[in-house]
Amino acid sequence: MDHLDHLEAQSIFILREAYKHFGKLGMLWSVGKDSTVLLWLAKKAFFGHCPFPFIHVDTKYKIPEMIEFRDRTAKEYNLDLIVHSNEEALANGMGPEHGRMVCCKALKTEGLTQVTKKYEFEGLILGIRRDEEGSRSKERIFSERNSESEWDYTDQPPELWDQFKTDFKKGNHIRVHPILHWNELDIWEYIKRENIPLVDLYFAKDGKRYRSLGCAPCTTPIESTASNIDEIIEELKNTKQSERSGRAQDQEMAHAMQKLRKDGYM
Amino acid sequence: MENSRETLNIVVVGHVDHGKSTLIGRLLFDTDSLPEGAIDKVKQLAKEKGKAFEYAYLLDAFEEEQEQGITIDTTQLQFSTEKRDYVIIDAPGHKEFLKNMISGAANAEAAFLLVDANEGIQEQSRRHGYILSLLGIKKVYVIVNKMDLVDYSEDRLNQIKTDFNEFLNNLNIYPIDYIPISAYFGENIVKKSKKMPWNRSGSIIEIMDTIPKDKDLEKKPLRFPIQDVYKFDDRRIIAGRIESGTLNVGDEILISPSNKTTKIKSIAYWSDKDQRNEASAGMSVGIIVEDEFFNKRGEIISHIEDAPIKSNIFNANVFWMGKTNLVKNKKYKLKLSTKEVECEVITINKIIDASTLAQGDFAEGIKKNDVAEVTIRTKEMICFDEFANLQTTGRFVIVDGFDVSGGGIISGIEDSLKNRELVTNSTNIAPRKRLVSTKDREKSYGQKGRVIWLTGLSGSGKNEIAIKLEKKLFDFGKKVYYLDSTNLRFGLSSDLEFSAKDAHEQTRRIAEVARLFADSGTIVIVSSVSRYRKDREFAKEIIGESVYREVFIEATEDVCKKRNPGGIYEDGDENFYYEKSDYPVFSLFIEDAEFNADKKALSLIELIRG
Repeated sequence: MDHLDHLEAQSIFILREAYKHFGKLGMLWSVGKDSTVLLWLAKKAFFGHCPFPFIHVDTKYKIPEMIEFRDRTAKEYNLDLIVHSNEEALANGMGPEHGRMVCCKALKTEGLTQVTKKYEFEGLILGIRRDEEGSRSKERIFSERNSESEWDYTDQPPELWDQFKTDFKKGNHIRVHPILHWNELDIWEYIKRENIPLVDLYFAKDGKRYRSLGCAPCTTPIESTASNIDEIIEELKNTKQSERSGRAQDQEMAHAMQKLRKDGYM
Repeated sequence: MENSRETLNIVVVGHVDHGKSTLIGRLLFDTDSLPEGAIDKVKQLAKEKGKAFEYAYLLDAFEEEQEQGITIDTTQLQFSTEKRDYVIIDAPGHKEFLKNMISGAANAEAAFLLVDANEGIQEQSRRHGYILSLLGIKKVYVIVNKMDLVDYSEDRLNQIKTDFNEFLNNLNIYPIDYIPISAYFGENIVKKSKKMPWNRSGSIIEIMDTIPKDKDLEKKPLRFPIQDVYKFDDRRIIAGRIESGTLNVGDEILISPSNKTTKIKSIAYWSDKDQRNEASAGMSVGIIVEDEFFNKRGEIISHIEDAPIKSNIFNANVFWMGKTNLVKNKKYKLKLSTKEVECEVITINKIIDASTLAQGDFAEGIKKNDVAEVTIRTKEMICFDEFANLQTTGRFVIVDGFDVSGGGIISGIEDSLKNRELVTNSTNIAPRKRLVSTKDREKSYGQKGRVIWLTGLSGSGKNEIAIKLEKKLFDFGKKVYYLDSTNLRFGLSSDLEFSAKDAHEQTRRIAEVARLFADSGTIVIVSSVSRYRKDREFAKEIIGESVYREVFIEATEDVCKKRNPGGIYEDGDENFYYEKSDYPVFSLFIEDAEFNADKKALSLIELIRG
């Protein structure tokens, strides 16, 4: 087995553990590269089937190509797709001009909490990775959230020998992180190996490409000429820029992500 | 070749403040593995908080960690040398966060156990050493940090080496090397330090690249725990991850503990490039088998000749992380590979203070951060291996309420007690382990212990055949013993009568004694009417399927009456009633009363083979 085989086998094991343990299980699909890889891994884990719904928390500020890709792929893969927006906050005019932390919390965190409650999810699969930023690097593979989606990162359960936390209070839910151990380069090498279809925004046009996707007002493309997967892999091997440097919420203040994630952010 | 690069997971453990996070921060910095601006960001942060810059801040991402200057939770970071990729796991050194340390260390293949050159070996240095031995991590390197505080003294290093080895060797940890460094000043990190010319081993990075990877898990016995069974379409797929060994399409497999055998028909796949006929350790696969019977998550698939141990009682070493003590006679959940089962601790054999190795007090049970030797009973039979033989199926966690609260490794079970459901009315007893195994005896005696169980009606000729068979095997030089059920009634079973209830007890006693004889390496011949199927199944279960050989001596009512006109009948009226077994047995037909017992016995010789 090579490096990617090991990563894949571990992720499939985790996905199957989640499916076995949680009656009400959903997978968050942001349409970005990581959660699209996750979608592919689910197909493999369940031999071509996707036995749970996929959830897209739509802030209505997403880049239009993302929405187009989402709808096309959902149709192609025959996904059970739940699209949810925090309509109330949007009706009250929520947007990045209220402050990025405030906006992220309302449209993403609260949107996610709403949909979790509505469908009474016991398990939510998310495509976060340890190498993305500090608070994610401390995550567990099965990570408990209370009924308000809050994360008690000061008292995380021991996680050893792939025996995950599967017992929890009713009303709480478990965030499952099957690709926590992958890094950005792994993701791209896997996309290449498996030939996974991806939204076009990642590939350079006119000297710019998106390295990480989010809402249009708060995500900036990076300078790049990498217009295909091979070129992206080559670029990543030589860059010293961090992956999320184009994501405004990370730069907002010290420990911004820790604070967002404590409240239930992805 | 891009994807064939190798990854090694290394955990850094040790006492609080001995510099684990600093070392890792330094490794990342010196190998140029940090993203642009990371150092500046941390410097800025330190300035804002009015603190001096620390490499540790790169890892201690939580605000609380930076404020208190300690690591609370484990982190994993990646970096590469020219040779390969590393995942470096930072584990907290504070006693309070031992569970986070264990979470980190459980994922590692090798460990750096850090000791402060100035402070020397402290409580958590020892406790972490103990935990590493329990986790089965053998590749341990002791890193002696802060050498700058002891003037880079070789004597100081040697002193720490002598002291620590004394403790660690006692736990069967033999550190591969002691590496002197100063993480803060970057001495002996990437390049050999000029400050320590006496140091014969290389720098940390040089030594890291020499750590060998674990290999050959795929050559060990097959263990494929069933994770789930899928029926999304017309295929019925048994899904799981192969923990050890290799399986091939066409292999005959055994499913334990339900004891079913079948063949692998195919390996399922979704994407065409994943099509395969062979799969081995580490792979998450799905198999389709020839016979479709009910399979449960938690059962273990193996090859027939190399099955896991089955039992409901075993000895284990556990470490406890729970908020409430681990106590006897309370119900917990045990998770071992994919099996979940109710369990209880029936005996606490020893509690050890992991830091001093002193024996603790039993009265209140096993406290948080304690290590103990216990005997565990599960509610039903489970499959496992001894941790020393196969790690992945030899370890488990214990769930108390909602929380994973303990981890344990199975130290084993005595051979004579394996592969059967154990029942006991005694309390405070533990199965004890000895130094001579069944295999040792088999090798020394040149024969395998077997039980040849002769069953049939009274008068069918069991005894005649048994005595001839005993003589023949004896003359061949075999260690053999005929366990005559009638003779037992003058001794071991002198309290039993000829009633249905006592007949069952008599069967149990014969089977238990026969099992012990067989375990001692002896070929045992048993003669017992055992006319009911359930009695023989009971005996077979006690003795063990691989040891038990059933021979049905079949004779007509006529022949029996002729041969035994008086009749000794074990269980009353139904003298000529016999229930045949529904599995294949060796049959001898006694065609007439004057049969040749010698010839019949000869045909049974082959039963001791295989």
